Parts: sequence; C-alpha cells; structure tokens
Amino acid sequence: MYDAPTPGSKLDQTDIKITAKNVQVYYGDTQAIKDVDVDIEDKTVTAFIGPSGCGKSTFLRCLNRMNDTIDVCRVEGDIFIDGEDIYDRNIDPVQLRAKVGMVFQKPNPFPKSIYDNVAYGPRIHGMVRNKAELDEVVETALRGAALWDEVKDRLDTPGTGLSGGQQQRLCIARAVATKPEVLLMDEPCSALDPIATAQVEDLIESLKEQFSVVIVTHSMQQAARISQKTAFFHLGNLVEYDDTNTIFTNPTDSRTESYITGRIG
Amino acid sequence: MATVRKGLAKRKRKEMILQGVGIGAIGFALTVLFILIASLVSTGYQAFTQTHVEIEVFVDPQEISEENLPRGGFRDVLSDSVGQYFPEVDMSDRGDARVLSSILSNGAQFKLRDMVVEDPSLIGQTISLKVPTSDPYDQLNKGLIDRDTPEEFRRLKDPELQNFDRLADLGLISKPLNTGLLSNADSRFPELAGLKGALVGSFWALLTCFLISFPLGIGAAIYLEEFAPKNKLSDFIEVNINNLAAVPSVVFGLLALAVFIGWFGLPRSAPFVGGLTLALMTMPTIIIATRAALKAVPPSIREAALGVGASKSQVVFQHVLPLAMPGILTGTIIGLAQALGETAPLLLIGMNAFITSAAGSPFDSATALPTQIFIWADSPERGFVSRTSAAILVLLAFLITMNAIAIFLRSKFERKW
Repeated sequence: MYDAPTPGSKLDQTDIKITAKNVQVYYGDTQAIKDVDVDIEDKTVTAFIGPSGCGKSTFLRCLNRMNDTIDVCRVEGDIFIDGEDIYDRNIDPVQLRAKVGMVFQKPNPFPKSIYDNVAYGPRIHGMVRNKAELDEVVETALRGAALWDEVKDRLDTPGTGLSGGQQQRLCIARAVATKPEVLLMDEPCSALDPIATAQVEDLIESLKEQFSVVIVTHSMQQAARISQKTAFFHLGNLVEYDDTNTIFTNPTDSRTESYITGRIG
Repeated sequence: MATVRKGLAKRKRKEMILQGVGIGAIGFALTVLFILIASLVSTGYQAFTQTHVEIEVFVDPQEISEENLPRGGFRDVLSDSVGQYFPEVDMSDRGDARVLSSILSNGAQFKLRDMVVEDPSLIGQTISLKVPTSDPYDQLNKGLIDRDTPEEFRRLKDPELQNFDRLADLGLISKPLNTGLLSNADSRFPELAGLKGALVGSFWALLTCFLISFPLGIGAAIYLEEFAPKNKLSDFIEVNINNLAAVPSVVFGLLALAVFIGWFGLPRSAPFVGGLTLALMTMPTIIIATRAALKAVPPSIREAALGVGASKSQVVFQHVLPLAMPGILTGTIIGLAQALGETAPLLLIGMNAFITSAAGSPFDSATALPTQIFIWADSPERGFVSRTSAAILVLLAFLITMNAIAIFLRSKFERKW
C-alpha cells in the first residue's frame, strides 16, 4: 500500500525477520487493518506510529497471535517469521509466543515475587533443568532489563511493590527470560514518568543487539530517538515505511508529513 | 445567577429528602432486627439454664442386682430416694409416690442405670445424684408458672408446689448452665432435648453439600467463563443457571424426593441426601459467584501470562483462579450459609423425623438445625417454647459466624490493582 522505495531490498534476505504480506484484520464486520505489507529487519528497532485507532497495536498483536484470544477478531493474509507462516495450522501460538515476547502498555507484573515473575516463562516452557540454571536465567534476564542491581536483594518481594518504571522493566525481563527472537512492545512508556521512560529507552537501545524490537508508540520524539525504521499507520493502512530519518525529515506521503508536523492525529 | 441560586435550594431539599428516606429505611431495618433478636433472647435465654435437683440415692441391692442390671428397678429406687425427703408421705401409695417422683425428669432413671452399669460396685452404696427436674418444675423454678393462678388453671397443683418448695428449702434445687442443650440429642421430654443430633446432621449435610457443589460449581464456572464459546447455547445455559438460583427450595426438595430417594433408593432422612439436595441449590450460587470473581481478574494479567507463552489452561489455573479464589470462597460460604438455614427441602426428604441419637455417618437418619427448630416449634410442651428460641439463636450464631468468615476472607485477600 505504500509507494516509497523499499530500503529492505538492498539487504540480504537473512536480515529480514518478519515478513507480512497482504494482511487484513477484521473485528466482526469492521476492517481494522487493510492490505499491510511490511518487512521487519532483525536486530533493529522498528517503530509503529500513527493516530489513535489507526491499527498499529492491532497489527503488532498479529505478530504473536495475541488477537487469537479475541473471539470476533479475524486475520487474513500471511505473516512469516524466519520464513515460517505463523498462522499455519501446525504452528502452536503458545510456542510462537515463547519466540515472540511481548511487553504491554500498562506494567502488568504477576502478583508474585520478582523472582517468580521472571522465572515463570522458563518454568512453563521447561527451559531449565534445575534451580541453579533457573537462578542464572533470572539473573541474566534481570541484568538484561537493567533491573538486577535494584532488586537483587529483594527477589522474593512482590513484583507489584516496585515503582512503575521498575515494574515495566520487570515485565521486559520476564519477556526476555524466555529467550525470544522478537520483542513486541505496545506503548511501553505511556504509563511511565520521563525518568523511567529514559531508562526503558536506554534498555531498548541495548535490547536491539539481541532481538528484533517492534515498538508501538504515540510519541514521535520517542520513535525518532530509538528506532531505525518507522512505519506510519493511518486508518488501518500502512501509509509509509522507511528509515526513521527519512520518515521524519523527508516523508513521501502527504499524510505522513501532516501527522509528524502535528496537523492530523 | 439568581435562577441557579433559586434552583439550588430546591436541589438541596431533594437531596435532604433522599438522605432522610435512606436513614429511615436503615433505621426501620435495624428496629425490626432488634425486635427479632430481643424477642428470641427474651424467650430463649431460659433454655440456656436447666433446673436440677440433687438427691441422695440408696442403690438398693433388693431392687438392683448385678446379674440383671439393665432390668433393675431404677424407677422405684429413685422414687424411694425422693420419698426420704417427705417422711409424712406413704410411699406404698402408688399415686402419691408417682406425684413425688414426677419432680425428677424421666431421664433420671436412665442416668442412674448408666452410672451403675459402668460401676457395679455402687450397688448397696448411697450416692448423690444430680438430675434435671421434669419440665413443669423447671418452668416453675424459672417463674414461667404463675403461683397466683387459680389452682384449677395451673399446670402444677398446690401439693406439687409444696413438694417442690420443700426440696428448694433443703437447698437441693439448682439452676446450672444447660449443657444438655448442645450435648443431648432430641427427646420427647423438653428437659432432656438438645441440639446434638441436629448439629451433627447439619454438619454432615453441609459437608456433603460442600464436597459436591464446590468442585462442580467451580468447574462449571471456569468452563463457562474461560473456555466455552460464546454462542446461543452458552447464553441459554447462562440464563438457566440464573433461573436455577431463583427456583424455590421446596421444588428442589420434591426433586430430591423423586430422584434421590425414589429412583436411586437412597435412605430417607439421611444427611447425605439432604446434602445432595442443598448442593443443587448452592451450586448456582457458587457458579454465579465464581464467574463474577473470574471476570473481576484484570485482563492485563491474562495478557501477561499469554504473552510469555502460557497455554489457556495455565493462564486459568496458575493466574486467574488463584486471584479469583477469595471471591469464590466468599460466594461459597454465603451459599453454604443459605444452605444451613434451608428448611423446606429437608422436610420433604424426611429430615424432620424424631431421632433421639446423633447420626454416626451421613447415611444415618438425622435432623438438621432448621428442621429441629420446626419440630420443636410444633411441640406442645411449654419447655419447647424457650428451646425453640434457643435453637434459633444457635442457628443465627452459626450463620453470623459463617458470614463473618466470608467478610474476613474478602477483606484479607482483597487486592488493589
């Protein structure tokens, strides 16, 4: 649907992590996503921006089949991760979600201890054989989420007792603990204060060394700060997808320009 | 501004009226509750004490022999024992002797027999025996029989009053706490009747009810709320569960009578059958409470668990259910409290039988607290009037305790999201 030249074409095929082709999403009779084609690169931060209700969160939730839990939601088209059709009959969404982690808008730690929050994923997937290994996985995940130093002395206190920013980093640690290859973030900073936001952004910067990070954000400054690629959604269409710099300095589509200059949205 | 100010007075007045009506309603409810409790306590408190008489009993070897203990003449021994305090009365006159010994409860001879059977060396000894008086004398001692009533309208005649006063003057009459109210089973004689059989019956019935309705109710609720597809059929089931909760309990009693007793041939009057019947009534309550509690778990927790790759059942059993448990338990306890007070279905399956021993198992005949109240309220003896009120107080005490536990659980585990 977008007319801009695809910069991804000059990359090797192996660098493409996620490919979406002709994706349509319906909520009952309403179409929420129309004809979205996008290639998301590995070890890159990709930002989805756009006005409220434009479908960017809906599309994000297609990537780990979270929309399956909504009865009326129907997804058409193909989404490939590493060349594998994730909507294939043989793909178990449970397995997919271990590979594609997700962080939500509102920090939602389980009402359990910090340790159990992080250990939950590895435990249910049977990724560890003993306590020592689990301890290591938890520590690695918490270090990866830049939270270890703050909580290492109180791993058995409830995760819900942390501050908002810490809770969100705990959720990131929880997602990272299952060793995913893609990390989806649905407005991860919208419930955080500026300092916590800065911490989470730094974290995202370091996470892209290991994963492909896809982030939905309302803040254009945030998208400009942390992402290498940006996709602009409007009314269910993917209007433009390009390098972040290009989108913010030299957008091709007039709608993109209107949005980033604050005339619509 | 002026129009706003004018309207303001009117709006304030309306608010005052609304508040006044609310306070009035609460006041009315409290007054009615107070009258109820006050009337129960004022008639019931008498049943918490029981007049006893303490007499010296010579266990006469001529009447009671070790060889034929259970058939010994305990009644005669007791009547002679009473007679010793009335030397002027000729105890060989059967009528006079009967009038004298009627002071003692009919249970006295059995108490004496049990004592002697347990310890045969008592034969030939003189022992001190403290037994309940029979109901009319108990009423007299508690001031419920008016001595100023003309003799022909009075339950006890003048000589009987004098007999009682003689014993009272000798200091043999006492009025201790009536432990028999809780430790005795039912009896034809009010002074011996207690709630043990009813308490045990209610316990077995509630246990059965809980063991059946709790797992079934939670299972049904989890399936309906978490797994069932939302379609016409599940809507239909939902409507009917709500209807089930509103079905009059007597209908469940008839169903139990026809199905459990008629078809399955389960025993009549058994607390097990009572429990099954009550489970039919409690289950919709538990299902509704469980579904509400499951719904109240925030979706963010489900998303979080799904997001790290938990399967549907892991989400439900590891996250949603534990968080919903306080709500479920509260609903269950309230459902059980309702079941405890339920009378009509138990009447229909025969749990209002006259049973003088506590049930040893859920399959023995028994009564339950509410049906015991029903039986006693129906009994003509004066002594059962106060015992009925006392039994109601005991039932209310259990209900208040259960509701208090529910409130405690709710506040203890209440989670702020």
